[in-house]
Amino acid sequence: MSPQEIRAGVIDTLLGIAPEVEADQLIAGKALRSQVDLDSMDWLNFILGLHQRFHMDIPEADYAMLTTLDAVVAYLEARLD
Amino acid sequence: MIEFNLPSLGADMDEGTLLEWRITPGQAVRKGDIVAVVDTTKAAVDVESWVEGTVHHLVTEPGETIAVGTVMAWLLAPGEVAPAELPAAGAPMGQTDGPALPQTPPTEHLTPAALRTRMSPVARRRAEQLGIDPDAVHGTGPDGAVTLKDVEALASARITPPPAVAAAPKDRAAEMRRAIAAAMARSKREIPHYYLAETVPMRNALQWLAAHNAAHPVTERLLPAVLLLKAVAVALGRFPELNGHFVDGEYRPAAAAHIGVAISLRQGGLIAPALHDVGAKPLDALMSELADLVKRCRAGSLRSSEMSDATVTLTNLGDGGVETVFGVIYPPQVALVGLGRIADRPCVENGTVVALPALTASLAADHRVSDGHRGALFLAELREMLQHPDSLAGGAS
Repeated sequence: MSPQEIRAGVIDTLLGIAPEVEADQLIAGKALRSQVDLDSMDWLNFILGLHQRFHMDIPEADYAMLTTLDAVVAYLEARLD
Repeated sequence: MIEFNLPSLGADMDEGTLLEWRITPGQAVRKGDIVAVVDTTKAAVDVESWVEGTVHHLVTEPGETIAVGTVMAWLLAPGEVAPAELPAAGAPMGQTDGPALPQTPPTEHLTPAALRTRMSPVARRRAEQLGIDPDAVHGTGPDGAVTLKDVEALASARITPPPAVAAAPKDRAAEMRRAIAAAMARSKREIPHYYLAETVPMRNALQWLAAHNAAHPVTERLLPAVLLLKAVAVALGRFPELNGHFVDGEYRPAAAAHIGVAISLRQGGLIAPALHDVGAKPLDALMSELADLVKRCRAGSLRSSEMSDATVTLTNLGDGGVETVFGVIYPPQVALVGLGRIADRPCVENGTVVALPALTASLAADHRVSDGHRGALFLAELREMLQHPDSLAGGAS
């Protein structure tokens, strides 16, 4: 899966939780949770959505790495190979 | 016959607009079945039946806005035989959106000649001017003669657009703000609040959650919110004066803790629908119920029991909020528990200052029903429960 496909999948998952977000307004290097206003339930649903889409179990201990959109894409890319 | 009335859907709702019926005459209805969808200022609510019976006939039309308590439908009790005539009270008691349109009477049995003799010349001329078919006018004069007034009435009814079946899109944000304002102003006017706060160390609880979540797939992960909900419910079991309703000048304690969970909506505003009997449910069931409730809340689809049953409210700010929140009680409830953000704080442990994850738990309670001493004991109980997360993981307390 190419980084572009991963990115598109991540954004699609995000829009499923926060439908009011404009995808082209997202700043890829800025903290995702504060930018999109995800509370802990939204965040768990986001992780759950990634799990369903990419068939990958993301441990809670790794949440700290998933800070920005870029970081989420890089994290998935490194583990999908 | 059983009257099916529009139920109260919370202190801040006194009317609703029927969106659709989910039942038809002749259908059997059990308790808990969804009978209708009613739009309120806060959400489209699935109205559940509180009775068992068979639908006799429906009174309210989709699109109508009716007051709480209005008869919406008539049901036959189990074993009851349908009466030959409809009960007189079958007419809607509530207001409708606009004046009823004059009904066009059947005219098939009248010959044109007969009709002609029953219309005054001035009325006929006026009808011609207005392009109204004289046959379509309902006469109210002597012997049913059509008068000028009848023609005018029909003409003005025609230019009045019929009430729209689908309610026009409302400014939901403004309406919700008004509803919240009404309930909160009533709370501050009627309820003598007192406020308490206590620091709750969360190290044990978070360690327990981390171990649980590491051992389970993402689909079975628990949020701290679930452990907190359960702890509040179990602690409330020992403080009945904080869990119930103050109605008609007297306090009615509730048998179980139906916790209204304050959920903020993405477009602004707030709903606090109830999770039922929280104390009796295991954590995994609470987690899936909470996730479902948040999802339906944000999608604007709730059940009437969720809107009306809460016996206490929990405001949990989660990890994005501030340190401390002091709530405003949602009448007719008598207490609101507020939980701030979990964050590392300087705490004293064995005579040494250490950094520990902690939160501030607050209680806003009704002084007509309880005193600060009991409120303080409740917060101490809550703090102790959260030091022993294992004991919260089971079913009943």
